[in-house]
Amino acid sequence: MAREKMQILVCGGTTCSDGQGEAVFENLNLEIEANALENDVHVVHSGCFGLCSMGPVVKIVPGNTIYTKVSPDDAREIVSEHILKGRKVERLLWKDPSGNTLVKEDEFAGQKKQLRIVLRNCGIIDPENIEDAIAHDAYAALGKVLAGMKPTDVIQVIKDSGLRGRGGGGFSTGLKWKIAYKNKADQKYVVCNADEGDPGAFMDRSVLEGDPHSVLEAMAICGYSIEAGKGLIYIRAEYPLAVARLRTAIAQAKEYGLLGKNIMGSGFDFDIEIRYGAGAFVCGEETALIHSMEGLRGEPTVKPPYPAESGFLGKPTNVNNVETLACISPIILKGASWFAGIGTERSKGTKVFALAGKINNVGLIEVPMGTTLREVIYEIGGGIRKGKKFKAAQTGGPSGGCLTEKHLDIPIDFDNLTAVGSMMGSGGLIVMDEDDCMVQVAKFFLEFTVEESCGKCAPCRIGNKRLHELLEHITKGKGTLADLDRLKNMCLVIKDTSLCGLGQSSPNPVLSTLENFRDEYEAHVTLKKCPAGQCKDLMEYFIIEENCVGCTACARVCPVGAITGERKEPHHINPDICIKCGACMEKCKFDAIIIQ
Amino acid sequence: METIRLTIDNKTVEVPKGTTINKAAKEIGIDIPVLCWMELHDLNIENRPAGCRICVVEIDGRRNLAPSCATKCEEGMVVRTHTTRVLNARRTVMEFILSDHPKDCLTCPKSGNCELQTLAHQLGIREIPGQEIAAMSTYRKDTSPSIIRDLDKCILCRRCEMMCNEVQTVGALSAVNRGFMAVVAPAFEQNLEHSTCTYCGQCVAVCPTGALTEVDHTPEVLRALADPTKTVVVQTAPAVRAAMGELFGMKPGTLVTGKMVSALRALGFDYVFDTDFAADLTIMEEGTELLDRLNRFLQGDKTARLPILTSCCPGWVNFFEEYFPDLKDVPSTAKSPQQMFGAIAKSYFADKIGISRKDMVVISIMPCLAKKYECQRDEFSEDGNPDVDFSISTRELAAFIKQANIDFNNLEDGDFDAPLGESTGAGVIFGTTGGVIEAAVRTAYEIHTGKKLEKVDFTELRGFEGVRSATIDFDGFPLNIGIAHGLGNARKLLNDVRSGKSLFHAIEVMACPGGCIGGGGQPLHHGNSEILKARAAAIYEEDRNKPIRKSHENPFIIKLYEEFLGKPNSEKAHHLLHTQYFDKKKKIVVKQ
Repeated sequence: MAREKMQILVCGGTTCSDGQGEAVFENLNLEIEANALENDVHVVHSGCFGLCSMGPVVKIVPGNTIYTKVSPDDAREIVSEHILKGRKVERLLWKDPSGNTLVKEDEFAGQKKQLRIVLRNCGIIDPENIEDAIAHDAYAALGKVLAGMKPTDVIQVIKDSGLRGRGGGGFSTGLKWKIAYKNKADQKYVVCNADEGDPGAFMDRSVLEGDPHSVLEAMAICGYSIEAGKGLIYIRAEYPLAVARLRTAIAQAKEYGLLGKNIMGSGFDFDIEIRYGAGAFVCGEETALIHSMEGLRGEPTVKPPYPAESGFLGKPTNVNNVETLACISPIILKGASWFAGIGTERSKGTKVFALAGKINNVGLIEVPMGTTLREVIYEIGGGIRKGKKFKAAQTGGPSGGCLTEKHLDIPIDFDNLTAVGSMMGSGGLIVMDEDDCMVQVAKFFLEFTVEESCGKCAPCRIGNKRLHELLEHITKGKGTLADLDRLKNMCLVIKDTSLCGLGQSSPNPVLSTLENFRDEYEAHVTLKKCPAGQCKDLMEYFIIEENCVGCTACARVCPVGAITGERKEPHHINPDICIKCGACMEKCKFDAIIIQ
Repeated sequence: METIRLTIDNKTVEVPKGTTINKAAKEIGIDIPVLCWMELHDLNIENRPAGCRICVVEIDGRRNLAPSCATKCEEGMVVRTHTTRVLNARRTVMEFILSDHPKDCLTCPKSGNCELQTLAHQLGIREIPGQEIAAMSTYRKDTSPSIIRDLDKCILCRRCEMMCNEVQTVGALSAVNRGFMAVVAPAFEQNLEHSTCTYCGQCVAVCPTGALTEVDHTPEVLRALADPTKTVVVQTAPAVRAAMGELFGMKPGTLVTGKMVSALRALGFDYVFDTDFAADLTIMEEGTELLDRLNRFLQGDKTARLPILTSCCPGWVNFFEEYFPDLKDVPSTAKSPQQMFGAIAKSYFADKIGISRKDMVVISIMPCLAKKYECQRDEFSEDGNPDVDFSISTRELAAFIKQANIDFNNLEDGDFDAPLGESTGAGVIFGTTGGVIEAAVRTAYEIHTGKKLEKVDFTELRGFEGVRSATIDFDGFPLNIGIAHGLGNARKLLNDVRSGKSLFHAIEVMACPGGCIGGGGQPLHHGNSEILKARAAAIYEEDRNKPIRKSHENPFIIKLYEEFLGKPNSEKAHHLLHTQYFDKKKKIVVKQ
């Protein structure tokens, strides 16, 4: 394939292109045309670089120079300086949190800890060009499988690699395939679960947007292994870019004979269709997902029977998450022992995390299993924002749990996270600092699960609502110590009795904060204080007489007339009238107003 | 048969493969409480969403508690049904459910018959922790001509949904919205009246709480009885007498015909008549229509529509008007017995006693909720005066009798009044599946062949299978008969009729599983199909006890034709006793 001398990669991930990334892309193209460089320089959309807080991101190859926060107007300078004159545009270069200028990804301390298997091609290839993908080994694994491996051989390799499902459950992928293979039927299905529902998690989207062929190829390999002729991708309709890239990729793969009838002349037929989800969180649960695809209400049903036995339209169905599938081809090409050599004893390979919250480098990272939370937060994440103190990290999305300082050096893997009351989930990682109230945090996550419960089983439908109400009660200073016991009992029963994974994990944020920050809960119910100063109802604004000069600025700004006092005399706030808006504190130039 | 051995509460039990833990426990006398689960074993109906989580048990080696209703036994399983963990979970879940349920048991129509109430009592719940801060999920109340939906009382057991979709294939109800706001409702959250609902009432029959109940028409009945200017006439459907005793503590299957008549008289009805009389009349009209179509068919008349479909079940009529309007010329045009009775009472009988129809109020006691809708249909009234004014269910009548301080159990047996109270065994068996067609065969055979039947019991037409067929020898001509009960089964037969594949000459359809004995207005069976079987047995017992068992031999029917109607399918009979059907296929209208 003809390759240009130079490539300008513009991040085509949703975060960047929703910003001004599209305009940057267009302007760069205009500049290339204006300088008659079409034959030498190619501007392409790439997948996500994982630098989402610094978008739009542009990378120049060769040289791998990264420009961040590029505006459409910068296009002219990039072309005239970097492309034509070979001089880097200093002001757009990527800077780390300490202000040091970085040029290439590998110069960034955080990148050194990373290992990209799932995201191997994201930000490198043009996701809309199958030839570009093939040049980066796409479909080589499928070729290897079809050329000389038996289905059972493939399953054995996947099993030996130790790959576990990345959607949250952590079930052995090889074993899952084996069960689906053993259940004989005239028709079987391979389903790709792309119903990424954890708020803040977008690794699946990034893979689909940046390297869709890796998923299509893995589905075909799975289809060959379990003897299924049909693949379905269940993707939320809110991912329009991912959907468009998948459609393009499927069409191209069919055109190249890599999907459809008689793939690569092997006699193996495999087709892939896209099914759209309406974005319900519970549809990430495989039985609910299957019902949704069948046109039924997206509700889970009791397992067993597992989908491998009776799934889509009652046929054996293997459901794998996007990230899991993205690991398949490298395992086939490099071997099970290569993959098994990465990670911890029982969790192999890498995991993609979506870093969010009070952390300097927000975005997508991929690290070997067993990396510690400390490495993720301080080395890759660049530490806590504004130099604040780390308090907790929520892993596993809204139904995961909070890890604290004492967990910083635990190697992150499936089993260690579960052991400390959290979970891997799909890989959301939200960092909290000293300003966060853990009761509020628990309430925040629960709000999501209350909203997303399907309502089928009573503990999840009603129990979570009751948990949320009780937390609300506590943050208002109306709770009692007995309420904390009741809270815990409700959590345990909801986990123990709920029908599906959603309810079985939704109390985790409450349980883990209750476990790790019990003193904070107790402060709310006994002292009626919020140590982090986040619970409005428990705050009291107070004027320190010594500091108050009687300027009256606070009294004038108070919207409800809660502040009284003579001019040049210390003022006073009436707590019964005060609505805790904080306007007085903002106005005071003498630091006389504090929150108690 | 492959069996499985497991241990439940330290007892070993061996059960067939596929048995659930709940059923295995029952085998050894351990009754694990259930709430959403419900089964009508003999009718192959089961509701198993595993949603209430009340029946959870502990299984060794499993991380979470498992729903015993939906978990199948496995070899060597060790199950514990009442550990501290299980009891605490069960109680906490029950507290959750009750925290979102109104506490108006005192005035709830289901009070005393509510499965949630019974279970709360069984689990010893005395208070609901946190109730003071607990929000309740609320939803607008929906009243249709037959059924009231009060979803504040819904516990999402999904039995109604299962009945409506899987058993009846009506598709009026399904879960909508999610989480705490999830409810069971018609499409687009329309009211029942604007949905595909047939008012069969099977949702009401299985609802464990007061979320689905009948519209109570007893106040209207009381008002009519209290009005001295009105002559109040009551008719009682055959299935009522076979079931109402249950509401007075009697054994299922106890016939209470005589006590029911005495009670109605004690309530102040002026004339106590029998819908069975009108059932005999229906046979005369429908049987004649069958023979007419059959004879035309045999003579090669291509316009003769066969099979003929029975038309006495109003839920069934609503169903084909909704789903098979293209076949609306196939069913018999004969009105249902309820409506035939009303038409005759307000013409023939009103003339006889010398009053105008306006001064007569006709009340029907029915096992059915669709009857409430049926008597309100426009075509069944004259100048705005309905042939049947109000229809009340078996349950409503029992409640009415209790209100009136009538000691039902110790009443002497009474007899129906003449002339509209006399009936044959053929009229009685209308109350159970297969009964209408058996009654029709008894009459049609004798008229068609001119011979006397040696045996009137056609046992081949009886039973509980959802779809049945039999061939009756009509003196050399094999008459193929199909029977379906439950609308889902009816749909199967109707699809064959539509595609021209049906080989039947006559098909009987009853909307409710089991026929009228399992109607939506009957005492609640709470998932015990033995009760339905006992009611069916009682119906056949009443038939056997009747001196006359063929409709055309009912002397009062003969007299009615002589004095008033002329002969079956006469012009007058057509005017009074036949109807027409309408295309009622719902069109979706989106209102802003």
